[in-house]
Amino acid sequence: MIEIDGITKRYDGTAVVDNVTMTIEPRTVTVIVGTSGSGKTTLLRMINRLVEPSAGAIRLDGEDNRSMPGFELRRRIGYAIQGHGLFPHRTVAQNIATVPVLLDWDKARIDAKVAELLALFQLDPAIFAARFPHELSGGQQQRVGVARALAAEPKVLLMDEPFGALDPIIRAKAQADLLDIQKLLKTTIVLVTHDMDEAFHLADKIAVMDKGELVQYGTPAELVTNPATEFVQTLIGASERPFRLLSIETAGQAVEPGTADGKPVGAATSQRDVLSELLWTGRDALPVAAADGTLIGKVTLEGLARRAARPQ
Amino acid sequence: MRAWLPSLLRAVLLAILLAFLISPGWFEPLLKPLVQDNAPAIYNQGSLLTLTLLHLRTVAIATIAAIIVAVTLAILVTRSFGAEFLPLSRSLVNVGQTFPPVAVLALAVPALGFGEKPTLVALFLYGLLPIFENTLTGLTTLPPSVMEAARGAGMTDRQRLFKVELPLAMPVILAGIRLSVVISLATATIGSTVAAKTLGEVIIAGLQSNNIAFVLQGGLIVGALAVLIYDGLSAIEAVLARRAGL
Amino acid sequence: MVIALLVAYGALVAPFATFRANRIVPGEAKSVLAALPAGAGVVLLGLMIVAAAIILLKTPALLRLATAAVALGAIALFIGLTAAYLTPPENTYARVSPASGFWILLFAYALLAADSITRLRPRPGVRVLLLLATLGGAAAILVSGLWDGLSILKEYAGRADVFWLEAGRHVALALGSLFASVVVGLPLGILCHRVEPLRAGVLNTLNLIQTIPSIALFGILIAPLGWIAVHVPGAGAIGIRGIGAAPAFVALFLYSLLPVVANTVVGLAGVPREANEAARGIGMTDRQRLFGIELPLAMPVILTGIRIVLVQSIGLATIAALIGGGGFGVFVFQGIGQTAMDLVLLGAVPTVVLAFAAAIVLDALIEMNTPSQNRGRTT
Repeated sequence: MIEIDGITKRYDGTAVVDNVTMTIEPRTVTVIVGTSGSGKTTLLRMINRLVEPSAGAIRLDGEDNRSMPGFELRRRIGYAIQGHGLFPHRTVAQNIATVPVLLDWDKARIDAKVAELLALFQLDPAIFAARFPHELSGGQQQRVGVARALAAEPKVLLMDEPFGALDPIIRAKAQADLLDIQKLLKTTIVLVTHDMDEAFHLADKIAVMDKGELVQYGTPAELVTNPATEFVQTLIGASERPFRLLSIETAGQAVEPGTADGKPVGAATSQRDVLSELLWTGRDALPVAAADGTLIGKVTLEGLARRAARPQ
Repeated sequence: MRAWLPSLLRAVLLAILLAFLISPGWFEPLLKPLVQDNAPAIYNQGSLLTLTLLHLRTVAIATIAAIIVAVTLAILVTRSFGAEFLPLSRSLVNVGQTFPPVAVLALAVPALGFGEKPTLVALFLYGLLPIFENTLTGLTTLPPSVMEAARGAGMTDRQRLFKVELPLAMPVILAGIRLSVVISLATATIGSTVAAKTLGEVIIAGLQSNNIAFVLQGGLIVGALAVLIYDGLSAIEAVLARRAGL
Repeated sequence: MVIALLVAYGALVAPFATFRANRIVPGEAKSVLAALPAGAGVVLLGLMIVAAAIILLKTPALLRLATAAVALGAIALFIGLTAAYLTPPENTYARVSPASGFWILLFAYALLAADSITRLRPRPGVRVLLLLATLGGAAAILVSGLWDGLSILKEYAGRADVFWLEAGRHVALALGSLFASVVVGLPLGILCHRVEPLRAGVLNTLNLIQTIPSIALFGILIAPLGWIAVHVPGAGAIGIRGIGAAPAFVALFLYSLLPVVANTVVGLAGVPREANEAARGIGMTDRQRLFGIELPLAMPVILTGIRIVLVQSIGLATIAALIGGGGFGVFVFQGIGQTAMDLVLLGAVPTVVLAFAAAIVLDALIEMNTPSQNRGRTT
């Protein structure tokens, strides 16, 4: 659990983060969104003390993050940034081993961890371990960047626009991979982005920052149905609202009893994608299959329309 | 065929240089036409090999001292506590570069007397500047995302310096050292005007006795040394730069 | 703080001036108090203490600059007084020269001035004015005769005519070879930029020339130029000779080519593609593009090359003296030969001043030629 308590950062008297208080639940994905200059990155960087706050406190599992030197704190918190920031003079394996080496793990444990992470990120250790970052594609570099952040098994992973430099197709894949890995490792992730689609796709909870202030902190659905300010409304986009609602939940959560013709959609597919499929194929309903392939019911156009409507 | 041609040329140059230093007599017929009737064509007031080694030693001592001081200074002024001296050190470097080497040498003589010492001081002072400037450039133009990642990974200031900043800046620092060595190799010859034992002795002896062969052999040895050392250091740099993916 | 320490050391510990019975014997070091009449020494020490205090306290840059100027003026005046005070009347052999204390103070205040000027970031024109003011101040003291008692000026007094002759030669060598290298190097650079295959060859050749030590290059050129003088009709008549200024001129010219050509190529390569495309798009001819777009945009880089060349040539021209080419080097090498350090200084100090002034003037020129949006970024 991360408790942010009245945190403020002033540069030359101007507050870039102004008295922000919020609590981040463990093992969740929290996304901080806002325009550039809203203070979202500064807020993130105060969690691992890359920026020291002017006032307020941040507690990790009840312990003040100033109770140890900044560098020791940062070794316990994963950190991944836009443009990956890999060390160009070190191999992929050496890059991933950065924090374990700083923590003086023994060699066998480091090697095992590196191999495990490379496999987890679908990079064959035999091929990639000895390569240098500039020999990798953008998507591979980004995966190594995240693997490095997770190497010391941190409970918390901070990510600053981690997918900002990727093209849309690789980005979608990276986002899906991140969710899988989060479920597997149970890491608490705090991610900063200005991309609302990304926020809705990844977040358990979204924090909206505007001019240094936290204007709303809630689930994606709350943000759509009950925006706290005009700014949140604009950020979400009025014409996008029904689709945002649909993109939060999966087909499995909209299943109705019965059967339908056509190719089954997976239960984990977002309702938004199912709607798109229904409209494109001109059908009223499609069957839904569970992960093991058994049919568990159908999703109807009418049912989705109801879910996309403004809650009364 | 083009790929190995430069290496071959270098090997040939090195072989000729070594042959000339070890047994200058072989080359006498080549230089004979340049001198008047009975003047010697090969420098005869000392061993060319010894002078070359002394020349290299002088340059090496001055360069190593310059590397230590320049890199340390550049590191200090790029730390947060030394940042105040950064603009001053930059302008000092600029001013220093306007001092001609002969002037530095001449001004060092009153303080240190004749011989090797003023030459060392002049070479040291003159060698400082390119190394300092390049180290500064190397340390201040590191990719911000890499520095951010290093801090985010929990490296201490010292770990960042030795594990990230210096290795990344190394190619640029080496380029400065290379420049400094080449300048020093040539400038060291001037040291012989204040009685330092370098290859400049050969050239000056040639100028005084109107013996072009002396001037030529002295100059060409220094030139060949400079080209070979320059190439060698360039090769090391290229390897490091490739490793660093720059 | 470092500067304040230097001032303290220079004023209190190190000797201020050296007195010698004649120009060759070892000198006798005198501290500030011993070198000046009783009152004056105290005044100077007091001044230095005030200056050190101003340096130590965090005072504004303008005040520090003023302090540096006043202090520099003060040590300049007092070193003159020292000479008059220490030299026994009617003794023309005795020499009084500034000692380490003087040089350290000079260095410390020059550092202070440089530091405060860096912080003030004056416009290029202002910097040139500051330079002129400093040179003017020094010239005024020289003309006033205040420094006449100093050893370096006693050396000058003995060779006033030769000094100005050699000064003229020095400047002519440096500026002449610069002019020639620009006339040849600029078109060569443009050619190298346009004709890709030529580039590597030309630059490598020029690089190679740079590795030949200057005294050797001066010497090596004696042979071909001597041959030309004998065999080409009329060559001797226009001053081409084996020894003297001609080989020096050619050597300086050869050294100068690399920076001019290389910087022209780099400058032209740095012209943004869009600017070139746009120029082509609106129908400029190659020639119009070169003079209207490429050269103006590459000008700061080319000027940087010229700055390197000029400063380098002023320094290297001292070596011309070794092959009878004249210049300030004459005094430097004579001085080294006679172990007369004052004579060395007579050659070295004007060389340094000349190189320094050239650097400041050209830096100002470069800055004036740099488009303003860049200026905002670099300063």
